[in-house]
Amino acid sequence: MPKALIGKKIGMTRLFAEKDRHVGAGDKVNMLVNEPVTVLEVGPCFVSQIKTEDKDGYNALQLAFGDIKGRNSTMQVIGHDGKAGITPKRIHREVRVDESELGEAELGQEIKVDVFEEIPYVDVIATSKGKGMAGPMKRWGFKGQLATHGVERKHRSPGSVGGRSSNLGTGKPKKGGKKAGQMGNKQVTVRSMEVIAVDKEKNLLLVKGSVPGANQGVVYVREAIRLFKRKVAK
Amino acid sequence: MSQSIIEQIEKSQLRTDIPKLNVGDTVDVHYRIIEGNKERIQVFNGVIIKVENAGLNTKVTVRRIVANEGVERIFPIHSPKIAKIEIKRHGDARRSKLYFLRDRVGKSRRLRDRRRGLQHATVVIGSQKAAKAEAEAQAAAAAEASE
Repeated sequence: MPKALIGKKIGMTRLFAEKDRHVGAGDKVNMLVNEPVTVLEVGPCFVSQIKTEDKDGYNALQLAFGDIKGRNSTMQVIGHDGKAGITPKRIHREVRVDESELGEAELGQEIKVDVFEEIPYVDVIATSKGKGMAGPMKRWGFKGQLATHGVERKHRSPGSVGGRSSNLGTGKPKKGGKKAGQMGNKQVTVRSMEVIAVDKEKNLLLVKGSVPGANQGVVYVREAIRLFKRKVAK
Repeated sequence: MSQSIIEQIEKSQLRTDIPKLNVGDTVDVHYRIIEGNKERIQVFNGVIIKVENAGLNTKVTVRRIVANEGVERIFPIHSPKIAKIEIKRHGDARRSKLYFLRDRVGKSRRLRDRRRGLQHATVVIGSQKAAKAEAEAQAAAAAEASE
């Protein structure tokens, strides 16, 4: 069973909890905290395709999530999901798995949020809110130019991009510099989010902290691949 | 739809033992304070000048005067740290935020007790109507007698 699911972001709130916290020099104190919590509705997902090394060159399971009416879908999707014996779904996403896990999986198999029950940390992948074309002050936190002292019409401009010598002697600006451009509306991964609670009945997953994207946005949740040192200690 | 899901989650932590608090109420907030291993309760008495409704995170701002200096504290009313909240008086507030109290000095800081409102109005109007009906009845009786 892959420890990964597709879902959607419901929204945020704050919940009271009692946690051990470091206070001052090293002493751990059990105290009341008000934690920021993001509510995610994840699953149920269905296995819509099994990809194997022999056939596809790699081992993976394709998960499908979210019902869609047949008339809003396409014949390709209806046929593809029909092969797995499930109704057409809105979102499909692949999860890489080991060969050993492939044997357990079967087409049309339902995967629910209880796969996260024993897992303390998850990674959440989602598309961030689009900010459109943004200048360097908003996008990269540049300071911009002065408001007065003779500065005219370029208060929010980035300033110099370097001279001939600092640009490798080419006379052209270096590639990959921080400039104005599209901000947001791209895939963002939040690593190692603490799982607060799992609600099997309502398919809810509560994680601590914020998740990229708007409410109702699609999120992909998986078991945390690599933990930060401080979280490993826990 | 999604808001209702969040409300359901918050419901488990909502406190039902807290009375309905209104702007203008004079309250005693009993707040648990932990000092080392000991726990004691501190009472903060003052007037509610603001209620911020936000489900589980509903907060009230309580203002009181300590040593001639205005002190305002914000309490999340559903917090487990609140031992209890007692309403001492219902003040008469005609606006939702009583920020004007910050500029008031001395006796003008006080709020009238709540006398207005529907219940009070019905009593007043009811008694007026009864008096009018009685007067009419008397007039009618007097007219009959004179005939």
